[in-house]
Amino acid sequence: MAPDRTTPAPGDTLLLVGTMKGAFLFRSDGDRGEWRMEGPHFRGETVYSLAYDQRGGRHRMLAGTQSFHWGSVVRASDDFGVTWTSPERQNVRFPEDSGLAVANIWQLKPGRQSEPDVVYCGVEPAALFESRDGGESFSPVDGLLNHEHRARWTPGGGGLCLHTIVPDPSNPERMGIAISTGGFYRTDDGGRTWQPRNQGVRAQFLPDKYPEIGQCVHKVVHHPGAAGRLYLQNHWGLYRSDDWGDTWHDIANGVPSDFGFAMEVHPRDPDTVYIVPLESDEFRCVPEAKLRVYRTRDGGASWQALADGLPQEDAYETVLRDAMCADAGDPAGIYFGTRGGKLYGSADEGDTWTEIADALPPIVCVRAATVAANGSNR
Amino acid sequence: MAITIALPGALRPYAGGSLEVMLDERCATVADALGALAGRHAGVVDRVVDETGELRRHVNVFVDGDNVRWLNGLSTPLEADSTIVIVPSVSGG
Repeated sequence: MAPDRTTPAPGDTLLLVGTMKGAFLFRSDGDRGEWRMEGPHFRGETVYSLAYDQRGGRHRMLAGTQSFHWGSVVRASDDFGVTWTSPERQNVRFPEDSGLAVANIWQLKPGRQSEPDVVYCGVEPAALFESRDGGESFSPVDGLLNHEHRARWTPGGGGLCLHTIVPDPSNPERMGIAISTGGFYRTDDGGRTWQPRNQGVRAQFLPDKYPEIGQCVHKVVHHPGAAGRLYLQNHWGLYRSDDWGDTWHDIANGVPSDFGFAMEVHPRDPDTVYIVPLESDEFRCVPEAKLRVYRTRDGGASWQALADGLPQEDAYETVLRDAMCADAGDPAGIYFGTRGGKLYGSADEGDTWTEIADALPPIVCVRAATVAANGSNR
Repeated sequence: MAITIALPGALRPYAGGSLEVMLDERCATVADALGALAGRHAGVVDRVVDETGELRRHVNVFVDGDNVRWLNGLSTPLEADSTIVIVPSVSGG
């Protein structure tokens, strides 16, 4: 469908959906009952990373697009997808002397409210880039690019990717990143140095089950309302940290499998987290062919299956690491997309679900935003 | 005498819409020609070779009808009037 040229109103909800063959945009009002779809944008290109940036009064969409033939680039739209930039030079590039070349853009993460022009970008092969002009140009973060562990990082099934970026909203010097496979790393000095923070995270596939590095971390989420609180979905293993990753504790209490990719935290409650368990690394589909989201409301002490409105028979679905998200509504909206091209949403924090789209290309990224008059962070 | 570089449709927007670019400068190899092209249309060359200077995996470059992958790659020599054709490979997902 052609781009919707009407400007969303404050309070409207946007869904940005990245697929293996382009990006789609969905709009709804604050009730989130009816959705209008438009797209595909970037027809035929893979879109692993999307972001909606409302800092500094802007309304900017960012998309990391990968052409099968011509490489990857970050594009921006300031008019809700009516037009997108098409940078002449590819704006995420390794230095020529690094010997590295960008294979894919895995993550776009707007920086802190206090730095409204900063955008972070995670790529394959694993590296972090930083933009100081709102996502138009990017430079590598040298402290990670030249990290002494680089030669020991090894590709997972999706490639050697830096797929998760977690800035500390209250400390501009602190940030976490996750690499598959390498593990979770943290800087406390603004990116100059990075230390592995994987103590307690199991590496099922290595002889040493608790190494310093080498874990295949699939996703990490942080909630600004609880200082130091992180949750981690591992390649086998669900964990929580209350000290910004210094130590991790198993919270796989009552889930059908602790293997999975997607993870999201509630926009206001740091004890509420959502995951979609998969059967195993050998059969990466939901257990028993029942599509169920699991939610904890007590910081991982217990998990509740959420299935109302989701298929419970013959649903051989997979939800990937960036294909689940939350909006800023109250009650919170929760959304996820599957490799089978189905997009689901819940307007009541996961209690009930509706199918928003049923035949998209394989979904790899879903991002939600509640449109602000100006200056919001989600 | 000039070297001609024919561009696929996807890359023409990065060359001002041109279907082909003529290079008058002396270019001994394909790499030389791409270097000269980068001076005028860097956005085209970004999409043909990666940051390491390697030809992208799913891009094919032909010199006077022959795929350089079966010759000497980007070191393939050129004649003064060679024609270089850049095309996307048939691969896709």
